Amino acid sequence: MLFLVVSQIINGVVTGMIYALVGVGLTLILGVLNIPNFAHGVLFAFGAYILLSVLQVVGNFWLALLIAPFGVVLLGLLLELVGVRRLYTAHHDYQLLFLFAVALILQETIILIWGPIGTSVLPPAGLQGAVNLGLTVYPKYRLAVMGITAAIVAGTWLFLTRTNVGAIVRAGIENREMVAVLGIDIQKVFALTFGLGAWLAGVAGGLASPIMGLTPSMGFDILPIAFVIVVVAGLGSVPGAILAGILTGVAQSLTTIVFPEAANVVIYLLMGLMILVRPQGLFGKR
Amino acid sequence: MSALLEVRDVSKSFGAVAAVAGVSLAVTEGRLHSIIGPNGAGKTTLFNCITGEVQPTAGRILYDGRDITGLPPHALPALGIARSFQRTSIFPTLTVAENVWVSAYARRETRGGPVLVPADRVEGVGETVRAALAEVGLAAHAERPAAVLAHGDQRLLDFAIALAARPRLLLLDEPTAGLSRQETQRVIAYIGTLKGRYTIVLIEHKMDVVMTLSDRVSVMYFGRLLAEGTPPEIRGDARVREAYLGKRA
Repeated sequence: MLFLVVSQIINGVVTGMIYALVGVGLTLILGVLNIPNFAHGVLFAFGAYILLSVLQVVGNFWLALLIAPFGVVLLGLLLELVGVRRLYTAHHDYQLLFLFAVALILQETIILIWGPIGTSVLPPAGLQGAVNLGLTVYPKYRLAVMGITAAIVAGTWLFLTRTNVGAIVRAGIENREMVAVLGIDIQKVFALTFGLGAWLAGVAGGLASPIMGLTPSMGFDILPIAFVIVVVAGLGSVPGAILAGILTGVAQSLTTIVFPEAANVVIYLLMGLMILVRPQGLFGKR
Repeated sequence: MSALLEVRDVSKSFGAVAAVAGVSLAVTEGRLHSIIGPNGAGKTTLFNCITGEVQPTAGRILYDGRDITGLPPHALPALGIARSFQRTSIFPTLTVAENVWVSAYARRETRGGPVLVPADRVEGVGETVRAALAEVGLAAHAERPAAVLAHGDQRLLDFAIALAARPRLLLLDEPTAGLSRQETQRVIAYIGTLKGRYTIVLIEHKMDVVMTLSDRVSVMYFGRLLAEGTPPEIRGDARVREAYLGKRA
């Protein structure tokens, strides 16, 4: 039993870190652009599928993981340029409709290109198999994912807190009109934030593919989880999104032990509880 | 004696309502020029025409001889025009220094080079931030989140943000609005120290606030310019007294 609990906790943390990458991107886009990015899940899916195709060409998982997210960035920037940019001042309904439509179209595009049947990607050579952690035997690749996601999250945090562009992004989350009035080209900041969010979703999708597998619906599967994370975290909060991501992952995988059918319900329970107890979220200000 | 800011026959109507009707004024370089009037006189609408928040229906606005009518608000800092806000507009969870940094960064002199650099290594910006904070007396609070500052301090932070843009022209929209009597005194005293160093346009509805500070006063009433002159002239003007007293009666 202990073996099971420990490995499920580690499982939860690994999944949670992947959720966190998706959630951080979503919360940044929501915070800076004030756009609920309903296409965020499908960007995650594209991260996985583009990795699959790049891997077939280059033959090296790490190289594919480096390249594939930039494909997702291009897709994200195109989305921003063609659609989202025209809807900044529109009502949320229009943004929602547009992005939801885009998500559906992109999901169908996945089926057109890669087929309707799910597939999977092998972990990179050298990280296949498991390692003995004492209390439990654990897959090497998942441990590596934990390290990589931690590094990406730390890098994102350094970017936000230490760099010029990061400072502007944080200011934009607080008051985007004021940033513009001070003479900063807010349009560039918006595009950059959308690109960064897309990149995070793309990396998450790529990293997740050997763990969760690839299905055309994987984008719509992760989207509600990402929104739960944003709500639990507090709007625009990056540390909150990281913590909420891990919490969600662990809650999900622990529930699997006792009551597997409830694994997907428990995260909404978590969100409902948060709304009741602390409506502004873990790190929210309002 | 040249005018740095010139408002020429500016009107702004919202539907059938003329909020500003044919107002002209010239602000001499280096002077503090106040625009006063009872609530609803059209002061803020005029201010918003100058800052580009709203488009005047008619008339022109000239800055340093250049037509700036209809320029968007974000184009003004680059020209040397900075503004404060009636409702304090700061970034609450950012530190006091970071608040000022955004403004200083937007007006940094060195362009080009790498896009991504450490925020504290942008040439000249750090000095500008420190100078602006020292100027308003908030240097000791530099690393605190802006949200924890007292109301009056937040207003001074608003000024520091404006000053960090190294403006020639400073537009202040009711800087004492919502402040206690004591805080008002402090902000007024502070504006006094800016006098002569910047060209200042001050929008105010409290008459007593502007009289001691201003070089020149324009009085608005129902969208029109009622009178213009030095503070003693305005104080002695019967129409102005009527407008103000009439409103109170």
